[in-house]
Amino acid sequence: MTMIFYFIFFGFFVSVTAGLLISWIDRKVTARLQYRVGPPILQPFTDIVKLLGKELLLPKGASKITFLFSPILGIISIMIVTTLLWLVNIWPQKTFFGDLIVVLYFLVLPSLGIILGGFASRNPLASIGASREMKLVMAYELPFILAVFVPVAKSGLSIKLGEIISYQSAYGAFISNWSGVLSFIVILFCVQAKLGLVPFDMAEAETELAGGALIEYSGPSLAIFKLTKAMMLFVLPYFIVILFLGGFNFNGLAAVRSLLGFVAIIVLIIVIRNTNPRLRVDQALRFFWGPMTILAILALVLAGRGL
Amino acid sequence: MAKTIIPIGPYHPLQEEPEFFQLVVEGEKIVDAIANIGYNHRGIEKLSELKTFDQVAFVVERICGICSTSHPLAYVRAVEDILGNDCVVPERANYIRTIIAELERIHSHLLWIGLAGHFLGYNTVYMWAWKERETVLDIFEELSGNRNNYAMMRVGGVRRDFEEKSLAGVITRLNKLIDFVQMIKKAVLDDPVLHARLKGVGVLTKQDCIDYCALGPTARASGIANDVRKDDPYAAYDKVKWNVITQIEGDVFAKAVVRILETLESINIVIECMQKMPKGPIYDNVKDIPCGEGIGHIEAPRGECFHYVRSDGTNRPVRHKVRAPTYMNLPTYKEALIGETISDATIILAAIDPCYCCTERVTVIDANNKKNKTVYSQQDLIKLSQRKTEQIRAKLGAR
Repeated sequence: MTMIFYFIFFGFFVSVTAGLLISWIDRKVTARLQYRVGPPILQPFTDIVKLLGKELLLPKGASKITFLFSPILGIISIMIVTTLLWLVNIWPQKTFFGDLIVVLYFLVLPSLGIILGGFASRNPLASIGASREMKLVMAYELPFILAVFVPVAKSGLSIKLGEIISYQSAYGAFISNWSGVLSFIVILFCVQAKLGLVPFDMAEAETELAGGALIEYSGPSLAIFKLTKAMMLFVLPYFIVILFLGGFNFNGLAAVRSLLGFVAIIVLIIVIRNTNPRLRVDQALRFFWGPMTILAILALVLAGRGL
Repeated sequence: MAKTIIPIGPYHPLQEEPEFFQLVVEGEKIVDAIANIGYNHRGIEKLSELKTFDQVAFVVERICGICSTSHPLAYVRAVEDILGNDCVVPERANYIRTIIAELERIHSHLLWIGLAGHFLGYNTVYMWAWKERETVLDIFEELSGNRNNYAMMRVGGVRRDFEEKSLAGVITRLNKLIDFVQMIKKAVLDDPVLHARLKGVGVLTKQDCIDYCALGPTARASGIANDVRKDDPYAAYDKVKWNVITQIEGDVFAKAVVRILETLESINIVIECMQKMPKGPIYDNVKDIPCGEGIGHIEAPRGECFHYVRSDGTNRPVRHKVRAPTYMNLPTYKEALIGETISDATIILAAIDPCYCCTERVTVIDANNKKNKTVYSQQDLIKLSQRKTEQIRAKLGAR
């Protein structure tokens, strides 16, 4: 029963609120960078509520079950990830063997949902968007997992998130040394791609594919996709905070410091998004399998030598 | 591999105007492309035959909102061509014409830079370029009273004079604009990601440009230094110092560089014109337009804009033909598109800075079948044209 409470409370309410607030920060900062005013703070919430009330359209000839199931797949998996991350952050002793692997698995599922939904909607633009998303997943997963191995290696080959957090609270955050910095850079770019933000937004690419994989979605199903995106905007930086900054600290000055770290990651993401044009998918593949993978391997070697 | 058709248009976030491109793709690679335009036809040429010579200048201004002074300028030059020696445009009017035409080039190129950024997903450039474009529109408002459709051109001169007191402020603002364009220039030339996206993409070779008679920045980016302002100077272009900008690569990057450098040249032309401008009358009063025909061509922001006017001695033109630069630049899309990927298609199509409402002069609709379908093929149109020529020849008694 408590697990269900955690799932609903942490997994849904906390992450939705935080995610929509962060997406407001994203929109506001972007607007200020572009000499615009930007939306009021409740705008992301209003958008979602409005979309939920709109008509749900099913494209002719689409595979109905897959089409409607794929947004649910994304949001459920993100809810599970959030619940896990909050639990191990608040009670590091509640961690279990391999929860890091579970988180990594569930973080792929929203992308899988987009791919499934795109292919199921029977639209040429959507299927191109879906195939781009597929190539992108294959591109960033390799450096992402390599970079996640660095905190694992540094905390004495532990694949428990709780142990990674408690190791960092005992010996200092991983970002304070070279291997941590390198893998942090790698993971930041991978998160940018996972979030589908510029320069890696080729799956949606509104000026090329008019929304790409999401082109046929409308009403509540689109709202769920947008919610998933907003939650990921909270969950992925949070994941980075846990891996490299030792998780959120809830007492005193340390709380302010971890909050600042979290905000800094978000600002970095927003700045990258606003100072780059969109890459082609082949260029993204080359970027992730070339420099990023090399950097991640370098970080692993450094971590192995204790740097 | 199976071929799929990717539609771009008639309504698509890429485009400001309705037009329809069908990309035949294998995976992401484009193997063929079909363009279908004709959604914007408004019958401007017919309309201008119903107006007096003075009114037509206002009608052609409405052909396009962006190059809204190019068309009137080309038109009044065509009418002045009919008048010949009867009409001498005063020197001050020539300078004012140059200033307005160049300010228009600045705002048009800034608009393109912004849109190109938007098509690449680089919305910061989009917003910044359009914000600075606002400066130019403010200058227009101060000089002519209008932000768009300035209504400055008239047969024999210009319609309004500049106020002497506003010129100094305008020059200060233009100097500030130079700093911004220099910043954009640096940002574009030094950005590795933009290099990766734009270099070697949508290459139009020099030979392609010659074959398709490409014009304006599209041709200049492929190493063809054609510019009406230099080749057949009009207004005050032969009285100020400026250079024709060319690049040799012919890709989208070269086109962007040409436009950015041209913006700088244009700002310098405007400043120099404002400093050199003589005092005097601003128009030559024209009474009647004699029988005859005349052409006027000028360098619009997108290339050569060509107007042909025929007069039969009444107060209305009997024939007015408009050829906008996009008409010549658009057919190059096949050369540039085939072999590229869908990701690059948008920026390649946008690279010629197309303006479809300028281009669309003729559309044929089969009213019986209620279908918007081309009834005449190219061969039919050539036959029609030949038959018409024969008729005119017979009428004139020529063999």
